[in-house]
Amino acid sequence: MSPNGPSSELLRVENLSTWFDTPKGVLRAVDAVDFEIAQGGTLAVVGESGSGKSVTALSVMRLVERPGRIHPESHIWFKGRDLTRLGERALGKVRGNDIAMIFQEPMTSLNPVFTVGEQIAEAVRLHQGLGRKDALGRAVEMMQLVGIPSAERRVKDYPHQLSGGMRQRAMIAMALSSDPKLLIADEPTTALDVTVQAQILELMKELRERLGMAILLITHDLGVVAEMVDEVAVMYAGRIVERGPVAEIFSSPQHPYTEALLDSIPLLGMRYSKPLKAIRGAVPNPLDWPVGCRFAPRCDYTFGKCITDDPPLLPVPPQESACWLCESGRRIPRTDQVVA
Amino acid sequence: MTLDLSKAASASDSRADPADVLLKARGLKKHFPVRKGIFKRQVATLQAVDGVDLDIYRGETLGLVGESGCGKSTLGRTLLRILEPTEGEIEFDGIDLNRLGVRALKAQRQHMQIVFQDSVGSLDPRMKVKDLVGEGLAIHGIERKRRNRLVLETLERVGLSAESAERYPHMFSGGQRQRIGLARALVLRPKFIVADEPVSALDVSIQSQVLNLLVELKREFNLTYLFVAHDLAVVGYISDRIAVMYLGKVVELAASDDLFARPLHPYTQALLSANPEPIPGRKHQRIVLKGDVPSPIDPPSGCRFRTRCPIAQPICAEVEPPLADHGQSHGAACHFAGTKIPETPSAVVV
Repeated sequence: MSPNGPSSELLRVENLSTWFDTPKGVLRAVDAVDFEIAQGGTLAVVGESGSGKSVTALSVMRLVERPGRIHPESHIWFKGRDLTRLGERALGKVRGNDIAMIFQEPMTSLNPVFTVGEQIAEAVRLHQGLGRKDALGRAVEMMQLVGIPSAERRVKDYPHQLSGGMRQRAMIAMALSSDPKLLIADEPTTALDVTVQAQILELMKELRERLGMAILLITHDLGVVAEMVDEVAVMYAGRIVERGPVAEIFSSPQHPYTEALLDSIPLLGMRYSKPLKAIRGAVPNPLDWPVGCRFAPRCDYTFGKCITDDPPLLPVPPQESACWLCESGRRIPRTDQVVA
Repeated sequence: MTLDLSKAASASDSRADPADVLLKARGLKKHFPVRKGIFKRQVATLQAVDGVDLDIYRGETLGLVGESGCGKSTLGRTLLRILEPTEGEIEFDGIDLNRLGVRALKAQRQHMQIVFQDSVGSLDPRMKVKDLVGEGLAIHGIERKRRNRLVLETLERVGLSAESAERYPHMFSGGQRQRIGLARALVLRPKFIVADEPVSALDVSIQSQVLNLLVELKREFNLTYLFVAHDLAVVGYISDRIAVMYLGKVVELAASDDLFARPLHPYTQALLSANPEPIPGRKHQRIVLKGDVPSPIDPPSGCRFRTRCPIAQPICAEVEPPLADHGQSHGAACHFAGTKIPETPSAVVV
């Protein structure tokens, strides 16, 4: 439960499982995941490819399509309502109104045959009930808000006439047109160059402060996480393996996977004379997750129990970590177990 | 910190000697015609690489960093004459590459190899790993028995089992595929490898495996690398020196430590400040560049960075700044090199 009490809670995901029925069996992409976001809060779900982070985001939006399905015992509480129990119609009202989403590649979400202005105006008209002309005026304002220069002119541009950074800004303008309470951003800067990424990150931070919306950020980039959010959930093999405040996650990671992940990134100024931490092996097959801890086959600290029993998220204040080393409420150092 | 370049080089464990140049490029240009209409009339020229001088020392890793469209990949390919240069000279190990005919160039290729972001993914999926890795040996006329032995040896060296030789590329993960790509280059025992974004498509835990492997292989086989990438931290980690590219030009060139400690070009300063570092709570204001990279079809006059530069002056539109030495072999192409760029207060234009 959030320290501010239930009143500030905006989104609470409970026991979320999203499975895909494939010819080879059931692929448990997301498997019993819990997290929550307070009003105006920021949470990053971070993980490598195949960890289930994007499917988690799509599940919250109820955008998972067949053969994917959200397990009936899952709950997605948003402002007191369980989104998993809503019909398409009621959902449509939540999506785009209270919850908006932006994606990695805005080109796939913008319609190429309408101008950017028309598309933002359409969103404004839907959500704010304005007439056509007022909506277009509001679209220009939205474009100015997200820092698109000479918006009056750009409003007539088609998506392909904008650069990648400007398209992402237009996407954000569209997402914000409904004044959402929660913005889900799935790898919003991954396709952008670093100088343009810096522009978009600054923009998102500034808009969040100004508009007070909560952000659920999905990313693989720990640098972006460190800059953008207050809370972090680390996903591995369909599970959240560690979660907690961003500062502690980075300064004293409690789960061996988080620790190894942080050690494997070269920081500015690190040199090749010192080898990087490498996590041996690869992510296990999602059709056949290991029985015990899913990270055990790659972990430096594995011991008996890890192979047989799947660890739940255990409290290691202020974090929670799904690792048997954390059973006492404090992670036991097991450096003696380190595999050379 | 005051150290001269030779010390900086030894600190980073390189045997590179500035007097021993393996690859030398002078005035290198690669232009692509832009054609239009039914007669494919040339309407413009895309200046992907536009006048680059570069020395790559034997035994070093030279990092080439820049954003998409800056010409870094084109430069890497032109240096190997995979792309024919439009203008300029390339000398490899004392041999003028431009003068070589098809046959002599083919022989020389054994010594210069390239590894791509997904080298193996772009190859024939019906070929077994042993044939993919052995292809270069076959071209250079090595007979089958010796070829197979070399292939197995090389596969083992990059961390792949002997069984993998009989399998097909799609059966491997991204990290393993990159190992196959490396084996393919390495099997010819080259002197020089261009690594073009070799770890960009990999997850960080796999990225570190491949970076460590690249470092080990370089030591073991006395390789020289040109490491092309967009990620500054990765380039900085593996490189002895770094060249920063912008719109077809090298704008700054220095030893890695020196570049990070003393970025002289405004573009390098912006790149460094834009790099999101995994250190939370580090309160830093960014230098946020305005706008996007201009088109290489019609680059700005004078200094190409001036349209986005926070400190541009009238002279920047008129005179193109050369890559001038600012001490310790630290080159920067800026009329006001060394000026500290002010941070940007806001990203939102209102």
